[in-house]
Amino acid sequence: MLDILHKIFVGPFIEMSHAPDLLVQVLWEGFVSGTLYALIALGFVLIYKASSVFNFAQGIMVVFSALTLVGLIEMGLPAWLALLMTVGVMYVLAVSVERTILLPLVNQSQSTMIMATIGLSSFLIGFGGFIFGGEPKSMPVALLGIPTGSMQFSVFNGHINIQNLDLAAAVMALVMVTTLGIFFSKTRIGRALRAVADDHQAALSVGITLKQIWVIVWFTAGIVGLTTGIFWGARSDVSFSLQIIALKALPVLILGGFTSIPGVFIGGLIIGIGEQLFEYYWGVQMGGGTQGWVAYMIALLFLWVMPQGLFGEKIIERI
Amino acid sequence: MFYNEVGQFKTSYRADQALFPIRQDLIALGVFLIFLYAVVPFTFNNFWLNTVVIPTLIFGVATIGLNILTGYAGQLSFGTGAFMGVGAYTAFKLTTYFPEINIVILILTSGVTSAAIGLFFGIPSLRIKGLYLAVATLAAQFFLEWVFIQMHWLNNYSESGAIVAPTRTLFGVAITGPSATASARYLVVLSIVVLLTWIAANLVRGRFGRSWRAVRDMDIAAELIGISLFGAKLRAFAVSSFYCGVSGAMLVFFLYGAAEPNVFDINRSFSILFMVIIGGLGSIYGSFLGAAFIWNLPIIIRLIPLALGLRVEPVYTEFLTSMIEGALIISVLIVEPRGFARLWQIAREKLRLWPFPY
Repeated sequence: MLDILHKIFVGPFIEMSHAPDLLVQVLWEGFVSGTLYALIALGFVLIYKASSVFNFAQGIMVVFSALTLVGLIEMGLPAWLALLMTVGVMYVLAVSVERTILLPLVNQSQSTMIMATIGLSSFLIGFGGFIFGGEPKSMPVALLGIPTGSMQFSVFNGHINIQNLDLAAAVMALVMVTTLGIFFSKTRIGRALRAVADDHQAALSVGITLKQIWVIVWFTAGIVGLTTGIFWGARSDVSFSLQIIALKALPVLILGGFTSIPGVFIGGLIIGIGEQLFEYYWGVQMGGGTQGWVAYMIALLFLWVMPQGLFGEKIIERI
Repeated sequence: MFYNEVGQFKTSYRADQALFPIRQDLIALGVFLIFLYAVVPFTFNNFWLNTVVIPTLIFGVATIGLNILTGYAGQLSFGTGAFMGVGAYTAFKLTTYFPEINIVILILTSGVTSAAIGLFFGIPSLRIKGLYLAVATLAAQFFLEWVFIQMHWLNNYSESGAIVAPTRTLFGVAITGPSATASARYLVVLSIVVLLTWIAANLVRGRFGRSWRAVRDMDIAAELIGISLFGAKLRAFAVSSFYCGVSGAMLVFFLYGAAEPNVFDINRSFSILFMVIIGGLGSIYGSFLGAAFIWNLPIIIRLIPLALGLRVEPVYTEFLTSMIEGALIISVLIVEPRGFARLWQIAREKLRLWPFPY
């Protein structure tokens, strides 16, 4: 019994203090996956802000856009053209989602909308697989001009290894979050978007075109998805199993609040670093593979203390 | 004309609130049950029983379970698959420890473990609701999935990590294991399903059901009229998980014969949720309609090219199925967001006035 308690509460911390370079390495890995979770969650937030739709298909949009890009490159197109065409495909997707799902289902309950987006993800899995094949593909990193290789830094008498790719992904995520944050607070479209998020009808009555906003938002979410897909695909492979990992955006959103863009970034970091630390120092003793659920447990613990999440607005309920 | 309740007078509140206030409903159900018990096992061949009828019944139970939680009590859950898994693994462990007790009793008991675990993961519903609660159930799903894989005690340290249903008998006839015939398994499943459905139908129209619906429609108002929110939600979680657990145990013992943890993954949860939504939130018979539709849709899609004599590569069939399924689900949602139960209700209203509508 005492042994178990030691393994839980003492051992891992001793390990951390004995090998600080390893700790920094683990923290870095967590930071990178955290930024990628934040990117996926960002796609959720964009759509949720503008249409109160909880888009379960965001994970699949990430895979689908990456798959399209890789598929087009494999067909022999030059990388820049393939990238351009993928962006086009994401626009077409946004328009068709608006026409076929959002318009007919406007004002339906939230669970209906969730179902519709799960239906959409099922459709996209089938569509993407049918055209580009289902086997995992590797992202042609060199063609897209993404840096490869790694750097070594010496810290605490040891050294840590940083993949250039991970660095690029983290920087890209930061740039994306900052740009979108500015876009939402400073531009005309951003303000319209926030108006729509606040109250659909009021926004309509001051002359904001809801349909146009929807297309913009789904298109932006598609582009965010494409960015995520490129980096994630470069780190592992482009395959449909990414869909399950993308669900981790949910605990990220719980922590960061459904409507806050900076909150998403912080939530992503907490989840990413938390699960890496847990897996490395505690999970291995439990048989490993804990990354599958730790994120959700962290979110659950936070909810227990703060039911609105870290940055969520306080909800006052009335009859 | 045939569906006319003229002359059926209700003289008490009790009679008015009966399970079947219209006599024709009762007769129709009786005829349908006789058909299920006396005709189906003897006329349907093994293929039909194994691929269509038995799975529809089993998933129907899981759908009722999720419908109680989501449709009646209004708590969204993505953990159905894991709760089914808890039932299946419990039933498997119970059969190894108590081989002499009848398998049907063990399967019904395994729902109790599932209910206990459901209760545990339902505790957060005290403080959180909606999508936030849904994430809590996702925690249950992924954590339990991990436990199924990591805890080898659960599958008796088998090499493959799978649990295999041993042969067990009822009245001297094998009902589980490789030697059980499809019709024997079918009859046992049908009996369990009928029993559970009857209980569920009575639960949701009684005090429990009323408190669930009050919580679903407006939780604060429900609390103000004296319903214990926490109690009502926990009861919903427990009953729901019980149904899911029994369904999962039946899935392994009466249908698959063996199962690996991935039978109970997140996609299972999603598909049960589909069955609930397509069937109709808050409807017991709708649960079976939804289960029948979602389960049989891929089978039909696969059969169509066969019937037309077309040859489609198996790789493409999978993707085509997924595509058509997604599109169909979206269109059902657009045509009738309240599901098949609502369509059925509309048809009944029309039938009552037929052939002279006013």
